[in-house]
Amino acid sequence: MGAREIALTPGIGTLSTMTLRLHDLAVTTDHKKLGLMYVGAGLVFFIVAGLLAAVMRLQLAAPDNGVVSPHVFNRLFTMHGTSMVFLVGMPIIAGMMNYLVPLMVGARDMAFPRLNAFGFWMFLFGGLLLYFSYLAAPGITGAGSAPDVGWFAYSPLTARAFSRGHSTDYWILSLLLSGVGSIVSAINVIATAVSLRCKGMTMMRLPLFVWLSIVTSFMILLALAPLSAAQIMLLLDRFLDARFFDTQAGGSALLWQHFFWIFGHPEVYILIIPAFACLSEIIPVFSRKPIFGYPIMVAATTMIAFISLGVWAHHMFTVGMISLGNIFFATSTFMVAVPTGIKIFNWLATMYGGNLRFEPPMLFCVGFLFQFLIAGLTGVMLGVAPFDWQLHDSYFVVAHFHYTLVGAFLFGIFAGIYYWYPKAVGRMLDRRLGFWHFWLLAVGFHMTFDPQHFLGFLGMPRRIYTYDAGRGWEVYNLISSVGVALQAAGIMCFVVNLVRSYLKGEPAGEDPWDAWTLEWATTSPPPEYNFETLPVVRSSRPLWDLKHPEDPDWRYE
Amino acid sequence: MTKADVLNPPVEPAEWSPPSRGVVAVICLIVTETALFMIFIVAYLFYIGKSLSGPYPSEVLTTPVIATICLLSSSLTIVLAERAFERANAGGFRLWWTGTIFLGAVFLALTAVEWWELIAGPRLTINSNLFGTTFYSLVGLHASHVIVGLTLLTLALILFLRGHVRAEHAERIKLISWYWHFVDVAWVAVFTVVYVIGR
Repeated sequence: MGAREIALTPGIGTLSTMTLRLHDLAVTTDHKKLGLMYVGAGLVFFIVAGLLAAVMRLQLAAPDNGVVSPHVFNRLFTMHGTSMVFLVGMPIIAGMMNYLVPLMVGARDMAFPRLNAFGFWMFLFGGLLLYFSYLAAPGITGAGSAPDVGWFAYSPLTARAFSRGHSTDYWILSLLLSGVGSIVSAINVIATAVSLRCKGMTMMRLPLFVWLSIVTSFMILLALAPLSAAQIMLLLDRFLDARFFDTQAGGSALLWQHFFWIFGHPEVYILIIPAFACLSEIIPVFSRKPIFGYPIMVAATTMIAFISLGVWAHHMFTVGMISLGNIFFATSTFMVAVPTGIKIFNWLATMYGGNLRFEPPMLFCVGFLFQFLIAGLTGVMLGVAPFDWQLHDSYFVVAHFHYTLVGAFLFGIFAGIYYWYPKAVGRMLDRRLGFWHFWLLAVGFHMTFDPQHFLGFLGMPRRIYTYDAGRGWEVYNLISSVGVALQAAGIMCFVVNLVRSYLKGEPAGEDPWDAWTLEWATTSPPPEYNFETLPVVRSSRPLWDLKHPEDPDWRYE
Repeated sequence: MTKADVLNPPVEPAEWSPPSRGVVAVICLIVTETALFMIFIVAYLFYIGKSLSGPYPSEVLTTPVIATICLLSSSLTIVLAERAFERANAGGFRLWWTGTIFLGAVFLALTAVEWWELIAGPRLTINSNLFGTTFYSLVGLHASHVIVGLTLLTLALILFLRGHVRAEHAERIKLISWYWHFVDVAWVAVFTVVYVIGR
């Protein structure tokens, strides 16, 4: 036995610190490490999916271009869309909620730490499985590669007859896996936010980030399950010859569209609400004012969540519904604009008369406000059924949802990363590189997506791999493609900033922004246990109370 | 004034008892499971009468009376088991909990017999027609939930018999029973859709 011990000890000694660190990441249940792993993995997929988009823009830069074949192009837009939604958006919001919710409610970890780790690994393996399809989807028949059926995988494209090989199976299985990951992480976030609140943290004292995390997680519960159900049906169709979407046997291709969009529309709110959440924390701190209309913000978000469950068929106006259906879904779509408008006005009212500090997080928030407003307006335009009949499946739609997902979601997330990076790493992100990142990305974004509105008006359809010269699309497409280079340069600044600041950024201290929520009450980065003694709060701005004992908030609440 | 003073102010907030994490999580789980069932139920309703060829439900389905009685009464026995557990009545708990498992197992066995007869008799399979597709997937989805429920119940029973389930685990026993009630309520919906509306 003694000999064995001697044999073992040098073995452990020779393990490099790198191996030990990787081992630590593989077995950790710490919400902060998992949160960073979620965000990190999301950013890696972001780069990959961004490169796919860059190849598409390269192909479309000039008419009759031959950079990629039509088949490859189909795979590009499918993988780009699927990745950006499920492997970029979902993990980044999950990561931010994971990292911040326990800290903000004054808890030591999530409610179910092991479930949390399970959720992360489900997501990661789901993501890897999706990309593994490039290698493995041909299967023994040699047909197929990566999925090429669009991110919404409309039936009957997904039927065995039209999608040979295993590309669609990879799409289904990888999203089922990552969907399970999203659902368990949503359950975890709600349980943490509701049950692990520190003493005195009543529901109406929760930071808005936490409130919005609860709402978005609840939407994940209601929206992801329908997607899983529809995917299970598709899987049955493909493997057991079930008839769900088999039009030859009386099945309905339309039913898939309904099921997909019952998930798909809430999904865009699932993504945007965490961006709202970032704004609701950042704008007050950089305006030096408490958020304007806290209860209204909570109510408006809940209303958005509620209404967004009843708008899905506005993606399907051109399918041909009865006019009552058109009226219902057009009206409900307009109704979403009301609570959303309330939120925009509340953020503006928070800024109004404030002592504004235009640090990088705040810049991204301001960018968000402008771009989200336009995204919302084009959204209302598309909600008008006759207008949608004209522009459906055109580049106008592409421009609209990239305004929401890049111009709004991504800007909101970048604002959040600039804001909380010092907490997670202990060092500040470089300010100058932050400005470069913002301006390059903003200018590139507008160059890429503003002309696409006009392309839509001029009749350019989505998803075409090339177009003939002489339709008046050339200039707009060229500008759009050049914009990608600027965006890429902006993202480069961001990546360099992340790495450089990690190595030699300016030390952040506990509370670099002079903020008011509990995550800033512990060290940066926080210790594994977050708080030495669990805090007790008496208002929604506990750190204000701490810094201003002469005039604490709880006197007025 | 130090940080500890303000984060722990002299005036303590009133009673502090947020809901238990297990309760919140199981409610969330039931919400998401409900959404899952809804989609299968909608698919079933949507495809009623749309099969292009037989066998049709009116020809082959018989109302599973005994199975339904078994499953619904298992909700009663599990309540009795829970009550016995709260009163520290080990014998009563063992009796009613085992009874619940038994009733659930009978339900599952009767479903198996029903499927066997449908496949062997009128040759109704998942790819026969839309009725077969929606019937097997909806009833099968429910049956898979019964299997999960039975696994949880059996696991709890084994742990109980080995003396690992003590008074402080009352909440977990309660949560298993909640899941079981959900499986029951889901059956009421499935029964209504498949055997009442769909026939």
